[in-house]
Amino acid sequence: MDPRRSARTVSDPKVRQVGFFTQPPPPDRSISDPPRHHDPIQSSSPSSPPVNDHSPSGNSLSPVMIPPPRHHSDTLLRTALQATSPTTSFPYSARTVTVPQENDDVSSFSPGRRVVSGKSPSSFPGVKASSVPASELTTVSVVNLPPGISVDFSAYKEFGMVRVSLLDEHQLKVSCFIILKTCAMKHLHAEKEKLTAEKSGGAAVEVQNDQLARSKPLKEKTSKAERRALQEAQRAAKAAAKAEGSKAPAAASKVGPSANTKPSKAAKPPSQKNDGSQVAPSEKKGGDRAPEKDRKKDAPHPRMQYDDASRVEKAKKRAVVKQTEARNRVELFRHLPQYEHGTQLPDLETKFFELNPMHPAVYKVGLQYLSGDICGGNARCIAMLQAFKEAIKDYLTPPEKTLIRDLTARISSYVSFLIECRPLSISMGNAIKFLKSQIAKLPLSLSESEAKASLMLDIDRFINEKIILADKVIVKHAVTKIRDGDVLLTYGASSAVEMILLHAHELGKQFRVVVVDSRPKLEGQLLLRRLVRKGLSCTYTHVNAVSCIMHEVTRVFLGASSVLSNGTVYSRVGTACVAMVAHALHVPVLVCCEAYKFHERVQLDSICSNELGNPDAISKVSGREEISYLDGLVNSDNLQLLNLIYDATPSDYVSMVITDYGMLLCLLGLTIVEELTMVKACGGAAHKCARHCERISKRTPMVLDGS
Amino acid sequence: MDFQVVVLAGGTSKNLTPLVSKEVPKPLLPVANRPVLYYVLHQLEQSNLKDLIVVVEGKDAALLVGGWISGTFVDRLHVEIAAVPEDIGSAGAIRAISHHLTANDILVVSGDLVSDVPPGAVAANHRRHDAVVTAMLCSVPISGPSESGSSGGKDKTKKPGRYNIIGLDPGKQFLLHIATGAEIEKDTRLQKRILRAVGEMEIRSDLMDAHMYAFKRSVLQEVLDRKDTLQSLKQDVLPYLVRSQLKSEALLNRIPRAEENGNEKVSSQNNQVMVSQILANASTPSFHDLCSVSHDGSAPIRKTHKCCAYIASSSSYCARLNSIQAFMDINRDVTGEADHLLSSISDHNNIVGPSTKLGTKTTVGPHCMLGEGSEMGDKCQVKRSVIGRHCRIGSHVKVVNSVVMNHVTIGDGCIIQGSVICSNVQLQERVVLKDCQVGAGFVVTAGSEYKGESLARKEK
Repeated sequence: MDPRRSARTVSDPKVRQVGFFTQPPPPDRSISDPPRHHDPIQSSSPSSPPVNDHSPSGNSLSPVMIPPPRHHSDTLLRTALQATSPTTSFPYSARTVTVPQENDDVSSFSPGRRVVSGKSPSSFPGVKASSVPASELTTVSVVNLPPGISVDFSAYKEFGMVRVSLLDEHQLKVSCFIILKTCAMKHLHAEKEKLTAEKSGGAAVEVQNDQLARSKPLKEKTSKAERRALQEAQRAAKAAAKAEGSKAPAAASKVGPSANTKPSKAAKPPSQKNDGSQVAPSEKKGGDRAPEKDRKKDAPHPRMQYDDASRVEKAKKRAVVKQTEARNRVELFRHLPQYEHGTQLPDLETKFFELNPMHPAVYKVGLQYLSGDICGGNARCIAMLQAFKEAIKDYLTPPEKTLIRDLTARISSYVSFLIECRPLSISMGNAIKFLKSQIAKLPLSLSESEAKASLMLDIDRFINEKIILADKVIVKHAVTKIRDGDVLLTYGASSAVEMILLHAHELGKQFRVVVVDSRPKLEGQLLLRRLVRKGLSCTYTHVNAVSCIMHEVTRVFLGASSVLSNGTVYSRVGTACVAMVAHALHVPVLVCCEAYKFHERVQLDSICSNELGNPDAISKVSGREEISYLDGLVNSDNLQLLNLIYDATPSDYVSMVITDYGMLLCLLGLTIVEELTMVKACGGAAHKCARHCERISKRTPMVLDGS
Repeated sequence: MDFQVVVLAGGTSKNLTPLVSKEVPKPLLPVANRPVLYYVLHQLEQSNLKDLIVVVEGKDAALLVGGWISGTFVDRLHVEIAAVPEDIGSAGAIRAISHHLTANDILVVSGDLVSDVPPGAVAANHRRHDAVVTAMLCSVPISGPSESGSSGGKDKTKKPGRYNIIGLDPGKQFLLHIATGAEIEKDTRLQKRILRAVGEMEIRSDLMDAHMYAFKRSVLQEVLDRKDTLQSLKQDVLPYLVRSQLKSEALLNRIPRAEENGNEKVSSQNNQVMVSQILANASTPSFHDLCSVSHDGSAPIRKTHKCCAYIASSSSYCARLNSIQAFMDINRDVTGEADHLLSSISDHNNIVGPSTKLGTKTTVGPHCMLGEGSEMGDKCQVKRSVIGRHCRIGSHVKVVNSVVMNHVTIGDGCIIQGSVICSNVQLQERVVLKDCQVGAGFVVTAGSEYKGESLARKEK
């Protein structure tokens, strides 16, 4: 039981880190001392343009999405892993049946299997390929890595880690934390290497223990400034990654197997965290060093930081919707946009006829977002796509312009208008990405009407395949998890969960539903109404009572706004709380999320990216004037109201994610995202999708029985 | 934005005699020295609505109005003038120009509306709710009698006729009941069905229908075609639509949509159903949706349509020129509190034309307007009045709370209170007028006194 317990501590929420952190240098670095090996490559990498051309993570795809190609070293690494596996004992596999499959899983991560990696070795100059692997191989072999427990992704420069934790007898989970910063700025690199060099001299283990000791207070102390610094660094890193996108493979090759961590207590996240805090200042320094000009040249950060006054000013000038910044904002969430809600809608309404370039359908959708008439990820996405379809239908290419370019610009302007109405959800972002790629892919030979028809067809296909069919498949999968006598709990109103419940009811399963709701939206009531009408037996309660009601619940079904690549479920605020309670009481938590909502972003908290709702909504209780205790206080300076829309549920609390690609026991969000990107690259071939999903579902066992 | 704008300019209104005449149809009645139609057109132009259809009753009036529009808004607006026969009502007017209407939605504005409420707001509200009709409601203007003090008893007795009874849902989004003018003398009937569906109705009488409507074209045309008896948009069509909102006979546009899908596969139709269901579930249902869905939650059993209300904020100005009292009020307001409707700049509360000649010791009080080319003698007093262009006003004349139009000659020692004096009127010396309306071209003999009378030339 010892190993299990230790594994458990790893996933213990108390040592969960908040913020951006990196893996510590592995203790065994001292032996191989990889930095020295990297240096030549690093210097040569910019001067090897062929790499750029051949790299699959070229310009068409974000460098973040596809792991850089592996070279021989990776295959060697894999063989090394396999070679070590018989020698190392299998303390875990003895206990659970699933470990071999986990092992299989791991091997799927190991680069040798990658489709993309096939090309890459050839793209690499042979000399380097031969020189690097040797060192890496030694590094790997030194570590006694129990296979399937924790694996290193050498390609991810910013260290990844796979953790296996035995949470329960019936729940085995692997959550992979992969920080997808494939490539960072070079100076950053240098900094870190210095750091590692220093450490490698000394006793690394002691350092780590030190770090462990320090980690707790650090966590509490993370102030705004620090987070800010982290974000700054993150942004800089991202920008650099973009700039050097094609260099990523080269850069990746520089990094040795950076984090081969044993599943022992000391080596785990605490050290990670601490290292993060150490690297952060250096990163910050790097950011300062980078010329200001460069930063301006960089593409703007996708998510604007709203505590940056100058940028906000600029954005305001462009804005269509009048945005009055709310006065009293919570300090922690200053970087998120928050506006006075009362003024936006009337102001936008007045401008109805003045927004000439805006298509009426898009405008209508924007209005509906703004007024809250449409909410919910799927509905918003569908509404947006249908509006775009209308817009494309009425689109006429202006003279002396090409459809591909002009339409893309047009769609972009629509999107920015919609963002002003309400920040996009991740699902919408993915849909927009899809649409834009479809536009870009249009052959020039098509006539305008053909192109429009094909685009409209594409949109229909997206809605049908990615949303409707996906929901159907999810329902099909999820229904198998509902048995007679179950008590199912759901939170809020998720369209997927609703379909599941209704379908299970139609199948004649006997179960009860607990609908948990929360103020101020009370959207659960709408769901409840529909469920009760269909004859389901329901219990309705508010989230305050979730700890009490959870005792009788056998399964929790949750919807999600997005599933991120580290397995974090980004969903309606309150979901995390429900999931945590369920986890604490050993109730399986099933998250239903269509695959188009997956995103390669990694988010560890719900602070850095979130949405702020109307603060008035929580200060006033509609229909009950007698409890308006906050009247007159709302504008006082020492009162700050916070109405968060989303929260992030750590993957630890999620037993299973049900997507249209199958049920994922362990959160292989990353894999899904990768498969998706690959499929996208292949032109969206559906059969390929199916094959991938088969593969995924095969290697992800479903251990949910008997709970 | 797929909106067409129809301005119902009207013709020679009976309410406004003797102010209007063949020469000065209602749209050209000057309000603060500008034709009243200018305010509507200006407002529309500000909202970037440049393609308009202006409907005028009577051919002659149409010619006059057309001439004025092309002179004033040349190159700025693209206006089609449609002349319709008189006395066919606003619904009849729409019927007459029905074949010109092609856009999805129609914005119908009365030509006598003086308002700063942006039409876009009405249109956007209409679109947002996907309504069949959206009516703009504004608070009844703080009415003249109390403020101007001196208006005649005749107007006061007329006033109650303008009240409306308007029922709104608790969210003040939907129109549940509307009864206007004359109907209120009788008992008002509320529909039980609507009341039951909504659960709660707010009945207000402090709101007024401003006669700015956004209609769904298909529905409007269908209703007008089917119901020949409907005469007026305000009194017939709107109440009809509001009445029938829960058992809609009009909304047939859902059927063609189903037909469109007919040629596709059944599976895709299923998908369509799912899409619409997801969308429907995501939005907060209005009582229409709840009512239309049968109790087992299956397909809609009843057709409904939404009638929305856009309530103008209390800070905005909104008034209709449909009576003499309103004419006085609007004149006063436009020069006074609502002077932002006039694009011209006023230095201190009054607008005095550049070429106006004032005699010695002549005072022009605040909230006044003096047109260009007018001349005033010595020791005159002008308070809260509008004086048109090229008027000649003698000495010791007192003009209070009055409207004097163009080319009026006023002799020495006249006292004019609360009156309207139309163009080309001649007032000889020492005329005293109180609460009078003097029709165009009338000559008031020296020394006569009138109170609360309407003076006009006999029709030739």
